[in-house]
Amino acid sequence: MSAVKSYDHPTNADRFNKDQSRTHWHDSALWFIREKRDRMANSLPEWETLRACASQIKSHTVSKLADYLEEFERNATARGATVHWAKDAEEHNRIVLEILQKHQAKRIVKSKSMLTEECHLNPWLDKHGIEVVDTDLGERIVQLREEPPSHIVMPAIHLKKEDVSDTFHEHLQTEEGNCDPNYLTESARQHLRQKFVQADVGITGVNFAIAETGGFVVCTNEGNADLGVSLPKVHIACMGIEKLIPKVDHLSIFLRLLARSATGQPITTYSSHFHGPVEGGELHIVLVDNGRSKLMDSDDFRNSLKCIRCGACMNTCPVYRRSGGHSYAATVPGPIGSILNPLRDAKHHKSLPFACTLCGSCSDVCPVKINLHEQLLTLRSEVNRQKQLPVSKTMPMKIASWVFQRPKLYAWLGGIGKFFLRTMPRFLIYNGLNPWGRNREMPESPPESFRKQYAQRKKSQKSER
Amino acid sequence: MRVALFVPCYVDQLYPRVAMATLDLLEQQGLDVEFPEAQTCCGQPMLNSGCDQDALPLADRFLDIFSGYDAIVAPSGSCVSMVKNHYAHLVHEDARYETIRTRIYELCEFLVDVLKIESLPVKFPYKVGLHSSCHGLRELRLASDSELNAPSFNKPLQLLEMLDGIEIADLKRKDECCGFGGTFAVSEEAVSCTMGRDRVADHLQAGTQVLTAGDMSCLMHLAGLIRRDKQPISVMHIAEILAGYGVPQ
Ligand code: SF4
Repeated sequence: MSAVKSYDHPTNADRFNKDQSRTHWHDSALWFIREKRDRMANSLPEWETLRACASQIKSHTVSKLADYLEEFERNATARGATVHWAKDAEEHNRIVLEILQKHQAKRIVKSKSMLTEECHLNPWLDKHGIEVVDTDLGERIVQLREEPPSHIVMPAIHLKKEDVSDTFHEHLQTEEGNCDPNYLTESARQHLRQKFVQADVGITGVNFAIAETGGFVVCTNEGNADLGVSLPKVHIACMGIEKLIPKVDHLSIFLRLLARSATGQPITTYSSHFHGPVEGGELHIVLVDNGRSKLMDSDDFRNSLKCIRCGACMNTCPVYRRSGGHSYAATVPGPIGSILNPLRDAKHHKSLPFACTLCGSCSDVCPVKINLHEQLLTLRSEVNRQKQLPVSKTMPMKIASWVFQRPKLYAWLGGIGKFFLRTMPRFLIYNGLNPWGRNREMPESPPESFRKQYAQRKKSQKSER
Repeated sequence: MRVALFVPCYVDQLYPRVAMATLDLLEQQGLDVEFPEAQTCCGQPMLNSGCDQDALPLADRFLDIFSGYDAIVAPSGSCVSMVKNHYAHLVHEDARYETIRTRIYELCEFLVDVLKIESLPVKFPYKVGLHSSCHGLRELRLASDSELNAPSFNKPLQLLEMLDGIEIADLKRKDECCGFGGTFAVSEEAVSCTMGRDRVADHLQAGTQVLTAGDMSCLMHLAGLIRRDKQPISVMHIAEILAGYGVPQ
């Protein structure tokens, strides 16, 4: 199953749903994690208090982001790190390349960074003759397949072990048809070990950067972030500017929420703290804006900067579970992605705010209380304001609104509509032009509307009196 | 108490029995209920399609028509939430809005919180599967949901449990969305139908004989799938059950 190319979510989702057994398998895999998350959330009596605290801390940080960023830069520099500022993806990539070229680095190991994915760092470095190996198992699998991740925490969740077996057989020469997860993981580990040993530079993402100390934390389950940066002498950490928290005291709140929300674990296996470079080495921190500060100015969408990228909103989203991450055609898919991507590029991602039933589950699951489904609703009007909706979608609403402002006309048209629904031959109702009718029956049309029945009832009640 | 009945447009046209049941149910409780005939649609389809400018005049009309009542009751969590929560963007400057916001109720909420009814003289010897419609669940908080760590309660269920002979089906996923989502049902037809079929499958395994909900829109979608797939489940709005109406054959 290759990555989906179209930007239109319904088209991609339709293709994904063609294979119903796979759709159901995908749904169950994610629902399993969602249930684990529920058990974990319910095992902490203070869960909702944690969420409220986390949400407040993040709101506060975002409201004073510029100050906290400066504080972070000061403290990180004092610890011997070099801080770089990138206004967009290109600048980020250029900065990383310059550092690599300065060290004549040819082989890079990289651990779990959605930001470098967002900036398309891999193809850029590839173009400049630099090999980048993703060391996270899931990331490595999709990298070998030349696919983007389909989930921000479980990048290869769309793949079955058979798919992984085929991929490894092709690229790592594992036994054909051997789908034993232990065997496959061990093969990947051997292959990655070589890459770790050869690496000139290690790149990581950042989960939390602490303004007060100038340090940062990377959370992984495989320990690959530690390995990737402890052998080479140069470490480049790439982070979105929203990854900041003010104080080290706040960290425990977020660490408790992150893993529980993401995978239903009490905490990630490794929470690695970095404070300055290793002895005789270099630590570079690249702070990337790439559209984030624009969000800061918006009352409607500022909240989305609170996101800690736990992926819980994806796991809970009934649409994501049944359409797969690739159908969003974006680095960050699911509910939060459906907000962030259209805000960056409404033209390409205009279908995403509509890939949602507005069920609200994401808003209640989100550990930092982002009002995701409300933002998605607001964003629909924003997409319309930017003239990105086709007339075929806006015109019917204009007409309907006009009719609904005229109750007599509405009642009359309702009568006609019902008459047709009752009397029309089946093929006129159920055809390619009616997407409702492909899989569903239309409601049976009653002879009379409620308002008519009500009027008759009132009349007869009067005459009885 | 002057009570206004607010009937969603598609219920008025396609499910008059549901509106009639709501009216009967409220009158059984001794209330004087009016149906303001100038009402049409609350504007939710427009707002949910991103056409807030087309929803605005309908919100204005709604305030004109429904101001002055002590309570506005509707058999739809979704349309009530539209007025209670989403009109805020459209008509928050209108002084009447604050009053309307606090006086509009979804049917079950009204029966439980305002009328505080404790019994219903209805026999309903069926296994009933309750679909928790999302807007009622997470925007009106008619019940606790499985995402939050909070005390559990369920107002529609509380009412159903008052009925004589009723049995409640035990679902594997208690509060998952059915996939209707307004225009989503059409624009994302594939996902919508997969979601709906999954909901129906959950009810089938739980032995649901009568599937019910507080929102007819979810039920229209699920019933459409049930009838197409010829599944042995009847569908009724919760108002019909509570009003003592029979199971449609
Ligand atoms: S929006 Fe909330 S739930 Fe979704 S990834 Fe971000 S923090 Fe997690």
